[in-house]
Amino acid sequence: MSNPQHLQYSEDHEWLTAAEDGVSTIGITAHAANALGDIVYVQLPEVGDTVTAGETCGELESTKSVSDLFSPASGEVVEVNSDVVDDPAKVNAEPFDGAWLFKVKLSEEPAGLMSADEYTKLTNG
Amino acid sequence: MSSPRLTALDALHRALGATMTDFAGWDMPLRYGSEREEHLAVRTKAGLFDLSHMGEITVSGPQAGEMLDHALVGFVSALGVLRARYTMICREDGGILDDLIVYRLAESEFMVVANASNAQLVLDELTARAAGFDAEVRDDRDAYALIAVQGPEANGILGSLTDADLAGLKYYAILPATVAGKDVLLARTGYTGEDGFEIFSAPAVAEHLWQALTEAGADRGLVPCGLSCRDTLRLEAGMPLYGHELSTDLTPFDAGLGRVVRFDKTTNDGAFVGRKALEAAAANAETNPPRVLVGLVSEGKRVPRAEYAVVSADGTPIGRITSGAPSPTLGKPIAIAYVDAAHAAPGTAVAVDVRGKHEPVEVVALPFYKRAR
Repeated sequence: MSNPQHLQYSEDHEWLTAAEDGVSTIGITAHAANALGDIVYVQLPEVGDTVTAGETCGELESTKSVSDLFSPASGEVVEVNSDVVDDPAKVNAEPFDGAWLFKVKLSEEPAGLMSADEYTKLTNG
Repeated sequence: MSSPRLTALDALHRALGATMTDFAGWDMPLRYGSEREEHLAVRTKAGLFDLSHMGEITVSGPQAGEMLDHALVGFVSALGVLRARYTMICREDGGILDDLIVYRLAESEFMVVANASNAQLVLDELTARAAGFDAEVRDDRDAYALIAVQGPEANGILGSLTDADLAGLKYYAILPATVAGKDVLLARTGYTGEDGFEIFSAPAVAEHLWQALTEAGADRGLVPCGLSCRDTLRLEAGMPLYGHELSTDLTPFDAGLGRVVRFDKTTNDGAFVGRKALEAAAANAETNPPRVLVGLVSEGKRVPRAEYAVVSADGTPIGRITSGAPSPTLGKPIAIAYVDAAHAAPGTAVAVDVRGKHEPVEVVALPFYKRAR
């Protein structure tokens, strides 16, 4: 699965949309979902929570492991995707669209993120 | 750390796009696609596994049976020719060094199959324990590739590739056979809780066998399966895994597997390595039961994993998880744990400390899954 050009990417394998009215949507990449294997449990931050770029804000469990979910940007959580909590396998099936994880009202401009090409290079390297 | 060992099927795994993992020094397929789908294929259709990392050791000679009776806890010399037995090798203090399957290939020839992680140790121990016996211990790890085909369709798939009498090949039996034109040792054994076969062959013919099985299984739902689903399959079937449920700190009696220790052996005047300590362990298990190996089922979504603490309703630590995973068959998280005997009765409500949060679980009898026969 190729990395969509319109997204920005973090070293922790999250993606982020360009802000609309100051709000960005966040998810994990296909590369991350594939590395984890079948995802069986997703714990997301709650609406109203403040998240900080590079800090853990949730958890992803697969058959084999437990991984922290990091936020690629700082701000306030304004919406979470309850579909992926109910059906964690969705993260494996459609990581870049239906399985977005949460939306953040940005408190500052995201920094240190990569373009699709840069992220592809990182994960193929 | 030296570079990992590759099986004879390595190029095939890579061509199939497998996610590989280091396992006991071997580069092995972890999964090809979804481990959950691989698991369900074995339960409902069939799965194909490369198990070439397993350690084969051949013991032969006039006193091969007596030697193994001395070296292992089982009554190996009583085994019929072409039959197999699950057994263990223990230290003098009763601690488990490995669990094994022993196949009797001929009157005076046995094949011992050890876990990859313990194969060298088992080889060294058997070599040392053979002193004084007219028996030869041979490292045959490089002599065999091992392919398993497991699941309800395994019999039909294999039947289309061999004239061997599969109906006559009982569970825990082995037969020299020709499969897809190649000479193999065909065993009705496995580690999945399903009917199935393990095929020992020369490494040079392993690719041919894998391809033939893949083609024969194409319209029967056979899929290649990695070690990840092998672990969840054996967990559902309540089968122990060395390093998890079994270790040198435990005797077979601690692990609830005292039945493998055969104090009734008649060879070597009944003497075998570990006998004294194991007699004490057996007596202790009767009068003062140690922690008991039990199953745990969770109604939540979080997975109780190895090394997590098991706690009682009031939060007191009462045990430790040895293996845990989301069960594809049950659709809920399951685990195997050692818990204090007072909390081991099926139906007991306990909890697991999942990273600081106590998740309620119920004690159940093992196994979690038993196939319909």
